[in-house]
Amino acid sequence: MNRRTLFFCLCCGVSAIALPLRAAEVMVFAAASLTDSLTGIAAAYEKQSGDKILFNFGASSTLARQIEEGAPADIFFSADEAQMDGLAKKNLIDPATRKSRLGNSLVVVTPADSALQIRSASDLTNAGVKQIALADPKAVPAGVYAKAWLTRQQLWPDIEPKVVPTENVRATLAAVEAGNVELGVVYKTDAGISQKVKIAYEVPLADGPAISYPMALVRESKQPEAAKKFLAYLSSKEAGQVFKRYGFILLE
Amino acid sequence: MTGEDWHVVWFTAWVSASSTLAILPFGLALAWVLARRNWPGKSLLETFVSLPLVMPPVATGLILLKILGRRGAIGGWFHDQFNLDIIFTWRAVLIALGVMSFPLLVHFARVAFEEVNPRLEQIARTLGAGGWRVFFTITLPLAARGITAGLILAFARALGEFGATIMVAGNIPGKTSTLSLSIFQNVQLGEDSHAFRLLGVSVVLAFAAVWSSQFLMHRKCKTK
Repeated sequence: MNRRTLFFCLCCGVSAIALPLRAAEVMVFAAASLTDSLTGIAAAYEKQSGDKILFNFGASSTLARQIEEGAPADIFFSADEAQMDGLAKKNLIDPATRKSRLGNSLVVVTPADSALQIRSASDLTNAGVKQIALADPKAVPAGVYAKAWLTRQQLWPDIEPKVVPTENVRATLAAVEAGNVELGVVYKTDAGISQKVKIAYEVPLADGPAISYPMALVRESKQPEAAKKFLAYLSSKEAGQVFKRYGFILLE
Repeated sequence: MTGEDWHVVWFTAWVSASSTLAILPFGLALAWVLARRNWPGKSLLETFVSLPLVMPPVATGLILLKILGRRGAIGGWFHDQFNLDIIFTWRAVLIALGVMSFPLLVHFARVAFEEVNPRLEQIARTLGAGGWRVFFTITLPLAARGITAGLILAFARALGEFGATIMVAGNIPGKTSTLSLSIFQNVQLGEDSHAFRLLGVSVVLAFAAVWSSQFLMHRKCKTK
């Protein structure tokens, strides 16, 4: 072993010992629709606890898949129960920590300058609506919910040929913002963060499927204590107020 | 392999071949100009043309998205004039593949043209042949091997394109879904065995493309 390698090994050894002394870094895999609210909550939490919160935002289906493949997640915050159920079945989350925290609702959005009028779900089948952006209805929660709503309205067969599936709900929003589709179906909370879209139709809660966001500790977590602390904070009143401000429904 | 899978395979092969053929005349023209003419600032054009080869494909896709979108310069014009959408349709796939494989074709064709001895062209001209006739009877046949290699590589590049395609065309089942996009989607959905079947097909396609190009080259060598 030459001197350089020895030095390198020493450095690695020292940093390996030093790492646990640093503040914990908690990796949260969270649904794309939680991007803004969670970033705000985490900033407040970091100041208060000294721990660092890192995020991987994306479609819950993609995140669940990444956790299955062994991605280093500490917390999973999904936009639907089905993705969490999938992980629970494979024994990848700690069921004792699982909690359904938030509810949401669906809205139909159009570009802010669009003249399109949507008065009911059946207006989505109008000839003026050529392309409809949805998060991929095969897997991504926002799309799965939208499909469930339209199936219940018996409109899905007419809508399906117009669907442009996107990676996640924020990509749906982006497609509408850019004006590349006539409309899209997103969560009410997503519509609220963009100036470039307007809500053309709110899906009545009774018409749509129940939307529920569960969160849980990932079993493989390297710092379960720090992760549990952040989970507790997410259930707190302070965090609840932030979620509410973004339009989420708090589930107790 | 379901019917939908075969549709994906067919669509991928068709759109890759079409995009390669569509860029052929432009690619040859540009390659010839780069090989035979000199002007100040030529290197700028050369660099510009090879950009899609070295830029992240997603970045190229973003530029295309902005240009071809309904509010983009080109996409907007087509939308207003003909009520024709480019974005999220097969047209977007075709354009994305063409742009991404264009530099490869130009590069190979240019090298091929440069290797043609200009004296042969001059001799043909002294014998009274016009510019076009010289090009089609002397230059093009002599450069054919290099151009064929460029074409096959451009086709292969198009077969595997992912980043730019997903930006401008999305991944619409039965409409814009190519092999790469469907493999990605199936992995996302956790349907690995399905993805593996598509992977098998893409290996066969790639193998066939490269193998046939080698076959063509060998035959040409022998006839020489």
